[in-house]
Amino acid sequence: MRLVEHFEQGLDAPICLTWELTYACNLECAHCLSSSGRRDPRELTTEQCEAVIDELQRMQVFYVNIGGGEPTIRPDFWHLLEYAVAHQVGVKFSTNGVRITPERARFLASTDYVDVQISLDGATAEVNDYVRGPGSFDTALLALQNLQDAGFRDAKISVVCTRQNIGQLDEFKAIADRYGATLRLTRLRPSGRGADVWDELHPLPEQQRELYDWLLAHGDGVLTGDSFFHLAAFGEALPGLNLCGAGRVVCLIDPVGDVYACPFAIHDQFHAGNLLTDGGFRQVWQTSPLFAELRSPQTGGACTKCAHYDACRGGCMAAKFFTGLPLDGPDPECVQGHSELALAGARTIPAASQDHSKATPTRNQPVMLKLMTRPPVSDCAESPLAGFVPDGG
Amino acid sequence: MILDEAWRLSPSVALRPEPFGALAYHFGNRKLTFLKTPALVRVVEQLADHADVRATLRAVGVPEAQHDAYAAALEGLADADMIRPRADAIEEAS
Repeated sequence: MRLVEHFEQGLDAPICLTWELTYACNLECAHCLSSSGRRDPRELTTEQCEAVIDELQRMQVFYVNIGGGEPTIRPDFWHLLEYAVAHQVGVKFSTNGVRITPERARFLASTDYVDVQISLDGATAEVNDYVRGPGSFDTALLALQNLQDAGFRDAKISVVCTRQNIGQLDEFKAIADRYGATLRLTRLRPSGRGADVWDELHPLPEQQRELYDWLLAHGDGVLTGDSFFHLAAFGEALPGLNLCGAGRVVCLIDPVGDVYACPFAIHDQFHAGNLLTDGGFRQVWQTSPLFAELRSPQTGGACTKCAHYDACRGGCMAAKFFTGLPLDGPDPECVQGHSELALAGARTIPAASQDHSKATPTRNQPVMLKLMTRPPVSDCAESPLAGFVPDGG
Repeated sequence: MILDEAWRLSPSVALRPEPFGALAYHFGNRKLTFLKTPALVRVVEQLADHADVRATLRAVGVPEAQHDAYAAALEGLADADMIRPRADAIEEAS
């Protein structure tokens, strides 16, 4: 049996485990895939988090990807970081950089087993702040500067590829080189608040090709979290596993202990259980009916007729689900164009099953200003034809 | 020639048994590698118990015809610091 077939049937413990420590965040990114903003009052306590780490150690989950929300604003974040490392669970954490002060940077430089990933979604403040909010570009670059000054080696710069920043890939690489960092590119998912802006932000078909060519040219020097396997249908496979790992080798623990099939699938449909009420993480990972289903042989549906199915495996489950497409059909960004009809037709975007967005906007909220293409219609306009301009009129 | 050298598992590496073989994780450089056969896992685990790689392969029962393939796999693991030359052997040589 090939290695990839073992992965499709699931392993005894995940390879890539993401743990969102909090839904609280200082930013309100337009495309946040966990709809973060406010802390959930049921958030796991310090003791409960330590128990999770103990269990990960027993399961030999060698490292976790910690995220949020903004994980560093949890008061016990630095304690949990040290606790994990002391228990043979390495940590890579994602941050917008807000708490990476010179002092924290020196602490991070002094540790082994800790990797830092700074989120940056534009190589210029204009492009970045458009989706991540005012000031977020400067915050990220200051954090990178602090890490470099402290002697922290090989930080990661994590970029969600969008229509607005695909043309900046060389600039991103230059920023990474300047700070002695490694560039990590990932795919924009229509998950969380990303569902609201996906139509405007997701790369255009010709940009998918541009991205694919760039990845082939820069291959080994750039990380991708295996997130672009849908691009394999262009021809040559990109480095990585090239399969959907959801519930098989990948999963997510959210701030209240809910376990989901993957970080891009925070929705009841992909909820495998809760580690507080269902007997712990190992129990959920090994016995959840949802995960058993994901590990059983999948049918490619409409995709099995396509010559490229073996390359892309039908693409990303979460991307299909959150755009209202059938899970056994093509990915919404199918590079062969097989999803165009389905996207244009009638489809129902599933309602979110959780939302921790801030109830009222703050000064950090991105303002995605666009030029209006139609004159505004007054709220008081009573005419049933208000705003209607007949053709040729 | 790695077959005639003495090696051992790197102290920063942990192995997690899996149906196909094992996951090898290096806590220092954070590299994750898949040991794709159970025999390769036994070889890596037993490197330190034998005089050289060839003796390890024989002890595990790897057929002679496959020794070169295993040597190539071990060289790949050495490049990622998953296995290291044994200090005792280096001292003897110097």
